[in-house]
Amino acid sequence: MTMTQNLNTANETPPEKDKALAGLAHAAAPAGADDRLVQVGRIRRIFMSPEFGSAAAAIIVFIGFSVIAPPFASQAGIGNFLDPAATLGIMAVAVALLMIGGEFDLSTGVMTGSTGLVTALVTTQLNTNVWFGILASLVFAVAIGLLNGILVHKTKLPSFIITLGTMFMLWGLNYAVTTNMTHQVTVSGVSSYTGFDSAKALFGSSVGGFQVSLIWWIVLTAVGVVLLTRTKIGNWIAAVGGNAVGALAVGVPVAKVRVGLFVGTATAAWLVGQLTVIRYASATVTTGIGAEFNFIIAAVIGGCLLTGGAGSALGASIGALIFGMVQQGMPLAGFPSELFKFFLGAILLIAVFINLYLKKKSQAVGS
Amino acid sequence: MTTPILEVRNISKNFGHVRALQDVSCKVKAGEVTAVLGDNGAGKSTFIKTLSGVHPPDSGEFLVDGEPTRFSSPRAALQRGIATVYQDLALAPLMPIWRNFFLGSEPTQSGFLTPHKSKDIVVDELGKMGIQIRDPEQAVGTLSGGERQCVAIARAVYFGARVLILDEPTAALGVRQSGVVLKYIIQARERGLGVIFITHNPNHAYPVSDHFVLLQRGRTIGDYSKAQITIADLAQQMSGGAELEALQHELHSIGR
Repeated sequence: MTMTQNLNTANETPPEKDKALAGLAHAAAPAGADDRLVQVGRIRRIFMSPEFGSAAAAIIVFIGFSVIAPPFASQAGIGNFLDPAATLGIMAVAVALLMIGGEFDLSTGVMTGSTGLVTALVTTQLNTNVWFGILASLVFAVAIGLLNGILVHKTKLPSFIITLGTMFMLWGLNYAVTTNMTHQVTVSGVSSYTGFDSAKALFGSSVGGFQVSLIWWIVLTAVGVVLLTRTKIGNWIAAVGGNAVGALAVGVPVAKVRVGLFVGTATAAWLVGQLTVIRYASATVTTGIGAEFNFIIAAVIGGCLLTGGAGSALGASIGALIFGMVQQGMPLAGFPSELFKFFLGAILLIAVFINLYLKKKSQAVGS
Repeated sequence: MTTPILEVRNISKNFGHVRALQDVSCKVKAGEVTAVLGDNGAGKSTFIKTLSGVHPPDSGEFLVDGEPTRFSSPRAALQRGIATVYQDLALAPLMPIWRNFFLGSEPTQSGFLTPHKSKDIVVDELGKMGIQIRDPEQAVGTLSGGERQCVAIARAVYFGARVLILDEPTAALGVRQSGVVLKYIIQARERGLGVIFITHNPNHAYPVSDHFVLLQRGRTIGDYSKAQITIADLAQQMSGGAELEALQHELHSIGR
């Protein structure tokens, strides 16, 4: 509807208004079709999506290693790189959701160790069913997640600092409590307690060199994708990370979203802890130390912005896959295994630059 | 004569020793635009916050549909159909237009979002405001400032606003983008909404408004209908009349 039509319908307008409106119409008329705006078509959008970029990178990495070291593409080789990718992927999905919500969690790595230790210690020290230990560590994980989330939300401090604190506290407790109770750094013998066989089926079995953790990874990735793209909670997560004040103003429960995301990463760490402690029937105090950065790297490779507000659960999973392939492929291809860290850092930087470029592209016409 | 949807009579608001508003009156009826004009520090922000339920007035009458009302929060005001669109707009720039539009009030079907239906609603609602969006999946950050303002206005209208309080919607915009927003203010009026348009720019206020309330240092210094005042008088009154003449004289003498 143009301004002139407006004027025709509004007969009572005094003449001065007509004149002013005519000037206004002149100013506003061309704005409906701003020819400077780049048409972002469906195909272009898919091409520029974080999932597409990381999937393309994953295919290139897979083909590269398969050519240099053919055993990489064998059934055993694929099982080999999917194994670390699965546990990393489970964490990467939860960490990606948290990062999209605008926060970090540095306690996730150590948490995978802590939750395994809690399961093993509760089971062996209290002489209980393994499932009781598993349940106890779930309660422990949820409590730590709540603590992280509530502290971050209430204090408004950077989550980086809060979770750095909880990370070191857990790290210290892992050593102190374990060595105090068992006089060792490893809690073993979990397999001789009741309930272990059913727990093993769920958390530690494998078929043809493929671990059960793969199924958990795939299921959690699907849950993450659906949550983020098809539910209101997913909308809220991205809004809290993108504009928390604005989100609160339109009725998004910002506190619940934030705390929920920290409970999510802690619960994912619990799952990975169980996948490890049941598979090896033992838990070690050093498990998971430093792994929190791997999760963040996988999420960033998958397109998560460090500033929050955008990212992808599927992308984070693909990031974990790339991570697993590089980790297992480097020694197979004859590179010194120390170089793995170098390549990881390089991939991270490249991913950050691409993400930044895409973000700028997606806001090219802003204000 | 129809009852105004929102009317305030002689409201005052103090913050400690500061009299932020004193005896300010203003009303808006359905299908009318009331401009509230004032320079920086005139009390416009306090006035918006009082109308939108952020700070209730200390004294004076606050009427919604002619009934005395006291809002305890912006949410309570929203429930009575009084929506405020602030300058920062409460939009997440990296999120698609349709997700921003429904943020906080997402329609769901058995727990899941309904992207197709939602996108159709967004295209339709923005279309009614005269904005043709190319793709509701576009990030809000890719829209121009004027278009973003219009998304925020369209959202308020869709979720049942009867009165729109617009906080300096053209302040951060260029000439052409301001024109876009002013056009939507007229669209909103034609759709039967009452609009309270807060601005310091008489050139923006005059063409689209039916009434003018002038604020200066927390007081009403003028209340006119369109027939009673010309744009030149409006600018003159707003900038403090005699003071401006003195300033012009001074500038003129410096210029030589």
